[in-house]
Amino acid sequence: MNDGHMTNDAVIKLENAYKIYPMGNEEVRALNGISVSFKEGSFWAIMGQSGSGKSTMMNILGCLDRLTKGCYLLEGQDVSQLDDDSLSEFRLRHLGFIFQSFNLIPQLTVQRNIELPLYYLGWDSEKSAERSRELAESVGLGDRLNHRPTELSGGQMQRVAIARALANDPQILLADEPTGNLDSATGVQIIELLKKLNKQGKTIIMVTHEPDIAEHAKNVLTMKDGVVERIESNGNKTDKIYT
Amino acid sequence: MVIKRTKFIRDVLLGIENLLLHKLRSFLTALGVIFGVASVVAMLSVGEGASKKALDEIRKVGSNNIIISSIKPREEEETTMGRPHAVVYGLTYKDFDRIYRTFEPIKTAVPVKEVRKEGRLGERNLELRVVGTTPDWFELVKRPIEAGRILIESDMTHRSAVAVLTEYGARRLLATRNTIGENLTIGENSFEVIGIVKSESSSSGSDVQLPDDKVDAYIPLEVAKEYYGDINIKRTTGSMEITSVELHKIIIQVNNIENVESTAKGIEAMLSRFHTKLDYEMSVPLALLRQAEATKRTFNIVLAAIAFISLLVGGIGIMNIMLATVTERTREIGIRRAIGAKKKQIITQFLIETVVLSTIGGILGLGLGIFIPLLITLFAKMPTVITPFSIILPFVMSIGVGLLSGIYPAARAAEVDPIIALRHE
Repeated sequence: MNDGHMTNDAVIKLENAYKIYPMGNEEVRALNGISVSFKEGSFWAIMGQSGSGKSTMMNILGCLDRLTKGCYLLEGQDVSQLDDDSLSEFRLRHLGFIFQSFNLIPQLTVQRNIELPLYYLGWDSEKSAERSRELAESVGLGDRLNHRPTELSGGQMQRVAIARALANDPQILLADEPTGNLDSATGVQIIELLKKLNKQGKTIIMVTHEPDIAEHAKNVLTMKDGVVERIESNGNKTDKIYT
Repeated sequence: MVIKRTKFIRDVLLGIENLLLHKLRSFLTALGVIFGVASVVAMLSVGEGASKKALDEIRKVGSNNIIISSIKPREEEETTMGRPHAVVYGLTYKDFDRIYRTFEPIKTAVPVKEVRKEGRLGERNLELRVVGTTPDWFELVKRPIEAGRILIESDMTHRSAVAVLTEYGARRLLATRNTIGENLTIGENSFEVIGIVKSESSSSGSDVQLPDDKVDAYIPLEVAKEYYGDINIKRTTGSMEITSVELHKIIIQVNNIENVESTAKGIEAMLSRFHTKLDYEMSVPLALLRQAEATKRTFNIVLAAIAFISLLVGGIGIMNIMLATVTERTREIGIRRAIGAKKKQIITQFLIETVVLSTIGGILGLGLGIFIPLLITLFAKMPTVITPFSIILPFVMSIGVGLLSGIYPAARAAEVDPIIALRHE
């Protein structure tokens, strides 16, 4: 998936993107004409206060929601017009999700949780078991395969979630406040893991409201009222480039 | 295909796993189906048993047969009190001849004269039902011959004093002694026992009266006429009843099953012309058979309705719990959808769980349902028959109930919005 020629190409591109919710006679413009692109192998933090539109942005980027208007190119394909099944298929093959509250299925073991995307990809059980073992080992939880999520600490749960997000070998990882439910030390560990994955070539887009965490990203995009307020790269501020 | 099948098995196993997470809840949910299926199996088997018993008895009589019996008219019954006088009623020898000669489709007709007399053999005695008849009796009331021979034409022409006993009667009278050729005294007359046949007796409460009885002694009709005549005197305490009956029964066999009902109608019409009182009764096993089958059909429809209602209740129970489950597992559904599960995969997952639940309920219900009729037979002494139909129908219905009651909750599950579901606590 990660062919060399795609490096430095925009893997995600929003063009004039609008998300408008009707509210009685009013309308709420959660995304108000955003144009932004993220390159392959980049690590972005999306910041903003609640109501700034960053959650909507994440849902759109994660193919969980559709734009009201505008265009969304994901790995070169226009996904803004896809139907529900095709969006599901896209999520399954191209995206990995990491959530604030981990979102592991409590009744399934660690192994089963990691295998979940593989189940929907139609892998057979032996191959899935092998892959989930590898992934669990890579996040340092090789000995916890048969545990249930409730038997793990928060940091361990988030590692399982990351292993699950990697199961389908996606180019893009979407992390929604991945450290929000963790203490700062554990949070840093998780960020380090994400940075390691970024070094391996994954594109990572992370929503956070903690500036400390955002600092770890190569680029920071700050949103306000449905538009991009500013973009900072490696500490250099570049105001309103993409609005 | 192989991949698909193993995937299906995996899905089913996953469904079972999920159900086992809440064992008590799953069991209670399945309970409705368990009892529904069990009651359907039990009811069908009882219904089947009852109708089989009735049908068997009717078939024993013979579906091509018509039986006309003499009955004492009602008005006579009231006037017999007080002074003794002979009551003349019933079928006559003339009736027999007329019927036999008039109706083309009649293959065989057997006149029957019945007298209750005491039979004695050595020191033993038994109240016998002496049946004066012709060899054709054995043609129409087919029973296996145990020993010796049955009545033949020459017994008729020679007016031989011979008697054929039933197995039961022979055993009571003769015990271990060799039966054939023994001298049997019936009333004041002496008979030679020439044969023994098996007998059937009608069970109490049945609509069908079998022509034979276990204490029968079959003798030639002419001999019965000569020895016992038509007059019967019955003495009860304080009163005496004198009746005069020529023939107690006429059993008719019609050549073809299609002619049974028309012949019966013709005979009825003929008899009503010659009999001013209603002193006879016709029994057409075929009509009873038809009636029994119609009753069975009605019964089956009622059962099907009850089955439907009980399984419906079970289905509503399942649907209720599955809807609660969907709400409870909203977050799980959201996670699965976010990862990339399509709506139809969510539907499949929940539908499989429901169908697995109802199928397991169905299997347990069948077990219980097969057990109940055994208890009914054991304690209530009612015949029960478990047919393949009475197993397959409720089982298929339980699967159907699972599917039907699962569709709505599964569709609700699929419509869960992953964005909202992921925030669901």
